[in-house]
Amino acid sequence: MTSPTWNNPVVKWIEYRLPVFSFTQEHLIDYPTPKNLNYWWNFGSLAGITLTIMIVTGIVLAMHYTPHVDYAFESVERIMRDVNYGWLIRYVHMNGGSMFFAVVYIHIFRGLYYGSYKAPREMLWIIGIIILLTMMATAFLGYVLPWGQMSFWAATVITNMFSAFPLIGEPIVSWLWGGFSVDNPTLNRFFSLHYLLPFVIFGLVFVHLWALHVHHSNNPLGIDTKGPQDILPFHPYYTIKDLFGLGVFMLVFLGFVFFAPNFFVEPDNYIKANPMQTPTHIVPEWYLTPFYAILRAITFDIWFIPAKLIGVMAMFGSVLILVLVPWLDTSKVRSARYRPIYKQVYWFFVIDCIVLGWVGFNSPDAMFMGAVSFLRIGQVATAYYFLHLLVVMPVLGKLERPRSPPESISAAVTKETDTVTEAA
Amino acid sequence: MTDAPTAAAGAPHEGETRRDFLLIATSVVGAVGTALAVWPLIDQMNPAADVLALSSTEVDLSPIEVGQSITVVWRGKPVFIRRRTAKEITRAKADDTSDLPDPQADADRVQKPEWLILVGVCTHLGCIPLGQRTTEPRGDFGGWFCPCHGSHYDTSGRIRKGPAPENLAVPKYVFVTDTKIKIG
Repeated sequence: MTSPTWNNPVVKWIEYRLPVFSFTQEHLIDYPTPKNLNYWWNFGSLAGITLTIMIVTGIVLAMHYTPHVDYAFESVERIMRDVNYGWLIRYVHMNGGSMFFAVVYIHIFRGLYYGSYKAPREMLWIIGIIILLTMMATAFLGYVLPWGQMSFWAATVITNMFSAFPLIGEPIVSWLWGGFSVDNPTLNRFFSLHYLLPFVIFGLVFVHLWALHVHHSNNPLGIDTKGPQDILPFHPYYTIKDLFGLGVFMLVFLGFVFFAPNFFVEPDNYIKANPMQTPTHIVPEWYLTPFYAILRAITFDIWFIPAKLIGVMAMFGSVLILVLVPWLDTSKVRSARYRPIYKQVYWFFVIDCIVLGWVGFNSPDAMFMGAVSFLRIGQVATAYYFLHLLVVMPVLGKLERPRSPPESISAAVTKETDTVTEAA
Repeated sequence: MTDAPTAAAGAPHEGETRRDFLLIATSVVGAVGTALAVWPLIDQMNPAADVLALSSTEVDLSPIEVGQSITVVWRGKPVFIRRRTAKEITRAKADDTSDLPDPQADADRVQKPEWLILVGVCTHLGCIPLGQRTTEPRGDFGGWFCPCHGSHYDTSGRIRKGPAPENLAVPKYVFVTDTKIKIG
């Protein structure tokens, strides 16, 4: 598309020195977008908007929060009771964390279904996984700040994971703590890092978008755009579609904020941290329970490697392995629409992840329907998680006979219209 | 001027120049210098002097009855002190020969058999096991039970069942008098 010229002398003066106007024109207005994107493509922009909401509310909360073991819990209560609109800002930030993970998980599963990670978008996918990891670290650090019982014991359990590594484990843990247990130095540094990491995420999102804008969006057909007949300018077609999606999303988000603000939290986190007493039932936030289930699924040593270390490695591995997905999926066809078998195992994988999340909520010794322990269900679900990524995806890509995708995006649309006309 | 002097005699090998050497030397000095400059930024996160200074605690044992347990704080962690009953001591000794995940004799874990002193932190992921009060669950072996992930410890604080890899740690302590100990 040709770059427009501006007549306003001020715009011209700035444009000549810093081409911000043509940049905006190229990347936010004329940006070529496949014309067949469905609503699953809304979740990227929703994630970006949620990140912005989190940063804005977070900066404001930091103006009232005190990162000291004697005052942290009280300062959060003060935000809730005394600070003007403090309750609203905190509830938006608190539920925003859950919303952020919800939209990002849907965004990732959309990528998995339509093969958005395949060449030439591998870097785009890998940066996305790095963003997910950074989000997890940020969420964990933020969860510690209110200094409730769950905050304290989450900090203790998660930092203790590093003690599983031989030799370097114990020094790493005491380095993370700045002492011999989770205490004031820990809270201080967690606050510092929780303030830092969202800006790191912001930078990573910029790189993510940079990679996106090199080869542009994938689409539900998983085929490349072939020319102007396949694309639409981003504005106004997708700005308006994203805006509509935002409206729907805000209904859900604010529904939680105003009508069930504590839906996602454990009541124990409204009890001030007590280093001398562990709550009877420790669970992470819902968005981390699948990984918690994988951690707890490993109860057996393998050769000389202790169960604890394998559990920790399996948990970290379950996220890191996603980096390899572009190569683990050997199929030449991107979209699951044209892969009759993958389409089914994909949903099996989705269910498997939900099962892991549900197992992570329950005590491993508890029985499901009095028949099978949650530990056993977690072990089976963990096994399938890795089996799906390491065996099913590579083998299926070789064996499956995909249907052939249409010639082009516009051809697919014209064909559908023809069929409709014929039927009519 | 030509660039002939840079390839002059004195270069150790064909194709290598004084300039290559200078480039490598500069890079190495730069890398080492950066590493040295970064170290204070990493080490500042380790326990500070005031944290290290709070490393010992004295405890008076005289008010503790047989069969009673108390919890004291040492380095921000709970320390379990249990005055064991004769039955518990016998059971701990009898279990020396059982199949232990982390084998250790009861005699090596106590200075006086009556006083069992342990760091009250589960060796799995750092929760505090239950069992200090007689009303709390003590697991299948009469010692402690960790509610987080289900580890069972015996009357010597040894791991018997569950995901924890090691026995409850015994802190460094000395009997200052017959009824007073110093931990740390």
